[in-house]
Amino acid sequence: MSSAPLIGVLALQGGVREHLGSLVHAGAHAIAVHSLEDLEAVQGLVIPGGESTVMSKLAIQDGLIEPLRAARATGLPMFGSCAGMIMLANRVSDAREDQEFIGGIDIAVRRNAFGRQVDSFEMDLEVQGIGGTAFPAVFIRAPWVEEVGSEVQILSTIAAGPRAGTIVAVQQGPLLATSFHPELTGDIRIHATFVEIVRQYA
Amino acid sequence: MSVEPLVGTDRVKRGMAEMLKGGVIMDVVTAEQAKIAEEAGAVAVMALERVPADIRAQGGVSRMSDPDMIDGIINAVSIPVMAKARIGHFVEAQVIQSLKVDFIDESEVLTPADYTNHIDKKKFTIPFVCGATNLGEALRRINEGAAMIRSKGEAGTGDVSNAVTHMRTIRKEINRLSTMAEDELYVAAKELQAPYDLVVEVARLGCLPVVLFTAGGIATPADAAMMMQLGADGVFVGSGIFKSGSGVASNEDALRRAKAIVRATRHFNEPDVIAEVSRGLGEAMVGINVADIPVHHRLEDRGW
Repeated sequence: MSSAPLIGVLALQGGVREHLGSLVHAGAHAIAVHSLEDLEAVQGLVIPGGESTVMSKLAIQDGLIEPLRAARATGLPMFGSCAGMIMLANRVSDAREDQEFIGGIDIAVRRNAFGRQVDSFEMDLEVQGIGGTAFPAVFIRAPWVEEVGSEVQILSTIAAGPRAGTIVAVQQGPLLATSFHPELTGDIRIHATFVEIVRQYA
Repeated sequence: MSVEPLVGTDRVKRGMAEMLKGGVIMDVVTAEQAKIAEEAGAVAVMALERVPADIRAQGGVSRMSDPDMIDGIINAVSIPVMAKARIGHFVEAQVIQSLKVDFIDESEVLTPADYTNHIDKKKFTIPFVCGATNLGEALRRINEGAAMIRSKGEAGTGDVSNAVTHMRTIRKEINRLSTMAEDELYVAAKELQAPYDLVVEVARLGCLPVVLFTAGGIATPADAAMMMQLGADGVFVGSGIFKSGSGVASNEDALRRAKAIVRATRHFNEPDVIAEVSRGLGEAMVGINVADIPVHHRLEDRGW
């Protein structure tokens, strides 16, 4: 395959533009995914941050939730940040009853677990497999991972402070998820990891 | 960055606004309305005591909402909650932050508390959104620490014309900066009455360094879509959802209208979708032509 895979960013709502920029810098072709046709064209998909309740509603209204689940089931690599992590989790606490998810990663996450915006923060994190120095992680009304299945690889936990030990980045096969927002920092190492996953599974 | 968590940084504040992009933020005055807004797909709700149409009709001094009411709304929904403070009223802003509201709107819809100074927004942990009618005003607010800008429009009228004017003006002034020679930016900063460093940043980026929403007079799905086509990152809807032509909208009508505006905002470039969601919405909120409002009653001139 070509060295620059085509990766989509699900463009229902949220931080779409930043992911597109990071993907391009990480060596991919990137498009915003608005429709079924867009979804069918891409070799990997980013689910951005935003409001997971809104993404769920819009995905249902636009008839995208089942195609997204089907694409995931057939092995399309996906990377979710923040709300995107919620969309990719198999179990979600503190969600509305009518909220629908894509699922696929055998984790339980809690919405807004770190608190409201007044508690949102940034800090340096060690992230497995990205090499180099610590990663600048921006957490915004962020979820965290409460349980992980045996197939799930933990890529990062918070090292110190009151939340020490909290799991904030995971991978299961072609599925990657972070509680934080790598797209807001200009550091493209996590996007580069995802581009590698897409190449590997293509 | 740091190994210790840092709260209230520019990145954390501006990032919060980035996550609202493509969404609709709805004014609500009760917990019940907040639930309807969440059900309809609002990306956040704005808790306030009276919607702008009622403030306009009833007059008097308009202030921050009762903390009980704000708490009630925070407890009713899981999406972000915003609340309004008067321009310059830093204690109202302190109170709102202590209630753990997610975003403060330093708003011309309320009666200003200080006719000279805006709030020093850099002193707060939670982010602020401020209104602007032009680029200079937007950059002065960003310089004070605003993490998000919205067009002012003319709230409570259902007349979208001022929102259009403000959005077009901001875009035009940004485009002008992008085409200027470097040595012309000093005078541009002087003319805009804005800090030189921010002027240079806007010239380089070709957009504001923060998210730009639209507000003020957006009443229909087509209004919302037009503002998105004009370059807004998202939409505030004030009186347009829970007010109808005959006064207070029923919950069913409000839900239908709210859903329609959410869908039109997402599909702003698809006239077929906007047509579909515009069917059978009933009479829109009562309209007031901005031109019929005496100049000294216009909200857009509040803030400087």
